[in-house]
Amino acid sequence: MVEVHLWSALRRFADGRETVEVEASTVGQMLDALKRDYPGLAAPIDAGVSVSVDGRIIASDLTEPVAPESEVYLMQRLRGG
Amino acid sequence: MSKIHVTTTVNGDEMEFLCDPRETLLDVLRDRLNLTGAKEGCGTGDCGACSVTMNGRLVCSCLVLGAEAEGAEIATVEGIAQGDRLHPLQRKFIEHAALQCGICTPGILVAAKALLEKHPDPTEEQVRFWLAGNLCRCTGYDKIIRAVMDAAAEMREAA
Amino acid sequence: MALDDRKSQFLYVGTTPDRPDGLDKVTGRAKFGADAYAPGMLHGAILRSPHAHARIKRIDTSRAEALKDVKAIVTRADFADVPFAPGLEGEFWNVLENVMAGDTALYDGHAIAAVAATSALAARDALKLIDVRYEELPHVTDVDEAMKEGAPVIREGAADYSVPEGMHPNVVRYHESGHGDVEAGFAEADLVIEDHFVTEATHQGYIEPHACLATLGGDGKGELWCCTQGHWIVQKTCAALLGIETSQLRVTASEIGGGFGGKTTVFIEPVALALSRKANRPVKIVMSRNEVFRATGPTASASMDVKIGMKKDGTITAAEGVFRLQGGAFPGAPGDMTAMCAFAPYNLTNVRQVGYDVMTNRPKQAAYRAPGSPMAAFATESVIDELCKQLGLDPIEVRLKNASHEGTKASYGPRFERIGLVETLEAAKAHPHYSAPLKPGQGRGISCGFWFNHGGETSVSLSLSEDGTVQLAVGTPDIGGSRASMALMAAEVLGVPYENIRVTIADTATLGYNDVSHGSRVTYASGLATIKAAEDAVQRLCARAAAKWGIPEDAVKWENGCAVPSGPNAGEFDPLPLAEITATMGQTGGPISGHYEATPEGAGVSFATHIVDAEVDRETGKTKVVRYTVVQDAGKAIHPTYVEGQFQGGAAQGIGWALNEEYIYNDSGRLENPLFLDYRIPVASDLPMIDTVIVEVPNPGHPYGVRGVGETSICPPLAAIANAVSAAAEVRMRRLPMSPPRVLSALKSDG
Repeated sequence: MVEVHLWSALRRFADGRETVEVEASTVGQMLDALKRDYPGLAAPIDAGVSVSVDGRIIASDLTEPVAPESEVYLMQRLRGG
Repeated sequence: MSKIHVTTTVNGDEMEFLCDPRETLLDVLRDRLNLTGAKEGCGTGDCGACSVTMNGRLVCSCLVLGAEAEGAEIATVEGIAQGDRLHPLQRKFIEHAALQCGICTPGILVAAKALLEKHPDPTEEQVRFWLAGNLCRCTGYDKIIRAVMDAAAEMREAA
Repeated sequence: MALDDRKSQFLYVGTTPDRPDGLDKVTGRAKFGADAYAPGMLHGAILRSPHAHARIKRIDTSRAEALKDVKAIVTRADFADVPFAPGLEGEFWNVLENVMAGDTALYDGHAIAAVAATSALAARDALKLIDVRYEELPHVTDVDEAMKEGAPVIREGAADYSVPEGMHPNVVRYHESGHGDVEAGFAEADLVIEDHFVTEATHQGYIEPHACLATLGGDGKGELWCCTQGHWIVQKTCAALLGIETSQLRVTASEIGGGFGGKTTVFIEPVALALSRKANRPVKIVMSRNEVFRATGPTASASMDVKIGMKKDGTITAAEGVFRLQGGAFPGAPGDMTAMCAFAPYNLTNVRQVGYDVMTNRPKQAAYRAPGSPMAAFATESVIDELCKQLGLDPIEVRLKNASHEGTKASYGPRFERIGLVETLEAAKAHPHYSAPLKPGQGRGISCGFWFNHGGETSVSLSLSEDGTVQLAVGTPDIGGSRASMALMAAEVLGVPYENIRVTIADTATLGYNDVSHGSRVTYASGLATIKAAEDAVQRLCARAAAKWGIPEDAVKWENGCAVPSGPNAGEFDPLPLAEITATMGQTGGPISGHYEATPEGAGVSFATHIVDAEVDRETGKTKVVRYTVVQDAGKAIHPTYVEGQFQGGAAQGIGWALNEEYIYNDSGRLENPLFLDYRIPVASDLPMIDTVIVEVPNPGHPYGVRGVGETSICPPLAAIANAVSAAAEVRMRRLPMSPPRVLSALKSDG
């Protein structure tokens, strides 16, 4: 299982939890599992999120690996100028 | 609307064109004479991207009417290099990385050339005030000022 | 190549050759957006709303259509969301609504209709003959006003899932993050300061107005030339808005006269295409400066509250911030980014940040260099400065004490990888500027700044010529000398001279998809892709050598521009130079090229520390920046001179934002200063030389260690200058810009 940290505004969509656990080995699988297990998270994920895996910010590549020991955070989708 | 017939000299070449009385010298250079080196950044004389000289005087070509070019000597960025020999300012701008996007470069080169013709040994402050009418948004001017000072030094040595 | 065997010895990278497009740009022959012409071309012009908020009751174009010079007129009805056409959703709909108003004009300058005529003058004349009947609606342009009960609603239903119930409909996005217990943290502090800060909207201020030349036929095939930071996003967006197939629209990026984030979307391009389709002729549109200011993206403006607690020894015990950003009449103000950047430089046990994205009757904000971060730093770093002052602590020592480093849990959540904030602070502390004496009336300010940086979709293609020279096609428009950096990186891998590499910004028909030149991503992502594409070509070159020598491919390696046997067991062969392999490539297996397509993830965040000395004239309120030093982590500077240029440019834009630039709206909601005379960006005589220190803490996510440098340089200046002015004026400055009237009134009223 991968432990996923949620930013605080997201917690109300996941029964108030700060972290949730899902079965996944890639970023894409993780997002799909989150949407399946916590339907409230579908809207934010569909609106676009970045994912931080061990401090590296994954902006869009769903094939990036995640492992049970990874530190994983959902983040607002980053935008640049 | 009837157009005005104008005969003028641009970078030493005699040229003729017909223009609407409302067209600016910048419009004419770009749209009728195919000299697109001068750029329109504002159209109100505030940015200097359209700088050219007219009878030796530095002007914003967006503030001059095309019809006023009758009988005048116009010099634009396209005339700064002599054949394949770049002007020292042009070389120094490349060498010092005095441009990032390059849109203000033609106007700044024309203005800097006019400065050095008048003041071959300018102080940094003189260069900064002379070029205060030429906006650059990319560089913070640092490398532009250095390039102009360096070109001036080289030209003094050669003179 | 694994990223952990990152290269650290370089032959070409780190040198400063002349840029490949230098000659074109000093002779006036470089072709920018407005420099394109086509046979039979028409000129387009756009009618814009004079009202901040008004329902469009009727548009009568008949008088304009009657002019013989007028060849086409379009309104919203000519775009893809006409009834029975597939509807647009999300950001495409927003862009369409911004490009051409639907039933309501949402801001002063909103496009209402457009004309194509035989000359630019004729097109402008025709606009005057279009009759529009408006019904004016109540408007709001200020962020705090727009959140109040009873404020005019810009658009019902624009809020997304994130906005908690009970907020005004103009609040369209909400962000909240952090960790720890801020109340407990504040209780531990010896001093807590809470303050309110305001910044006005500024414009990216690129000197080149938006320009394009469009051709679109009834067959759905089009050509578009335009100045843009990213032509694939232009292709995708225009195709959606015009209802044509993406691949049938070929977009070529002109040389670009500055962007800074403002040319990452479309404004006139879909309009020119629609006019062209209707007139069946090429149409050119060039914006005036007035249009650029009124109708293209300024930044968000901000209203912010920041509270920080500190112990007497300088330890920050807790930090909290509320950031309200106004982004015009559409969702998109970076309230979230502002909040996430605000406290990122610091290692905090207790932190909480809230961001609001608020709609008002102003133009749709666009990205501007590290969107959100400069405002955040202004608020945060001002409070830290005041804490240092009141506790009698050195501002750099305090920042060092609290600085984020590798492994620190960031204010926005995850732990940092290797970062270089401490190194920038140490370099600033050691810089002669920091210890130089100040004259009476002068003040010194320092500030840190943070930005995320970005990777993004990237394609690069590299092909070799028979004579051993190299053509490199990249898809990220060159906004600051990136072609030089790409050539340096390709030269490094291939071992051929920099001058032998020709870099082209390919059009959408000749290369795979590329994201926009934004997020400081070009040297990082296109650079990484260039390295990988060159390595791909090297592999093929080695294979040809192996075949010639009759040894296995893995027994050949590439060294100094030659294929060589990889070791003594591989056999004895003379080095085979690249040009000898390419000379016969047609007979040994065909042309040799290299490709790379990916979405590199590993841009690596970046930090900077700026030092500013400012002098305030107490009679006039005028501020002069007398000395400026930028210290920033570049990871690895590929072309150090152009890295310096990014540092200096960011600082100069920050100086403008801090001291002079602002959008001024009057009571009718009209922009009062849409020209460079009244919207005053820094000129040469306003600025000192800008010193730079390039710190290099390699980014683990790039083969050479590159971090983006374009955006971080604008993050510290607002705060650093405000701290310097506050010190010089002996009064805390809480509102930008610190224009002479504001400084004077602060001197009188103590802030």
